[in-house]
Amino acid sequence: MSRIRIRAEAKGGSTSVRSLITHPMESGLRKDSETGELVPAQFIQEVVCKWKDEVVLRAHWSGGVSKDPYLAFRFRGGEPGDPVEISWTDSEGQTASATVEIR
Amino acid sequence: MIDLKRRALVKGSLAASAIGFVVAAGLLIPRSVLAAWNALAFRAEDPATALQEMLGTEDHTPSEEVRIRAPDNAENAAAVRVTVETDLEDAESISIIASGNRYPLLASFELGPRAEGFIEMNIKMAETADVVAVVKRGDSLFSAAKNVHVTEGGCAG
Repeated sequence: MSRIRIRAEAKGGSTSVRSLITHPMESGLRKDSETGELVPAQFIQEVVCKWKDEVVLRAHWSGGVSKDPYLAFRFRGGEPGDPVEISWTDSEGQTASATVEIR
Repeated sequence: MIDLKRRALVKGSLAASAIGFVVAAGLLIPRSVLAAWNALAFRAEDPATALQEMLGTEDHTPSEEVRIRAPDNAENAAAVRVTVETDLEDAESISIIASGNRYPLLASFELGPRAEGFIEMNIKMAETADVVAVVKRGDSLFSAAKNVHVTEGGCAG
């Protein structure tokens, strides 16, 4: 169900990362348009971004982040071929992660 | 034989519905799977309380060293692109707030030693309101705000 697409590019001494996570990001506040019932909450609560084994960025999110979250960030250093990993955990305890090499 | 199987099925579904009931009653729903996820901050219904809970103070000073980009008019309130940049040395975190949402605190990013002060993401907006970027350094908060007009209905953020 879940996919993470990552693109990491090294340029001028820093690495620029853009990512797209497939996730419904249900806040628990949205009503189903047919039944009128609230759709149960299920949203990503934590995203951890690593370069090699080092945590570059740790994000905590609410259900107010858009469906299929887009996240871009930058960090100092990083060479082509180095691994960049993004992993997430949602409010139901589901997790996923993906790793790419810096271009 | 058939009867036995049937009984097992009936029993199974009874057990399942009992669990369903417990879940519906909220007894089994974890408040948060992650100990580090700050429920008090993310469930706060006003920006001041959210900031107090997440960052230890609600006082923030507008700063030119924090910049926020977002559209004047949100064509799609379910996905509003927000870009935050900061030049502040030793910035520890960047938090993003949609002031008009039921739960205004949307995201908080802890910056590792290598992280540059740059975050871009899409947020949901319930109504026309300021989107505020708050950067923490030491005991102080620095901020920038951008008003975003939400045309249609908005979205339950």
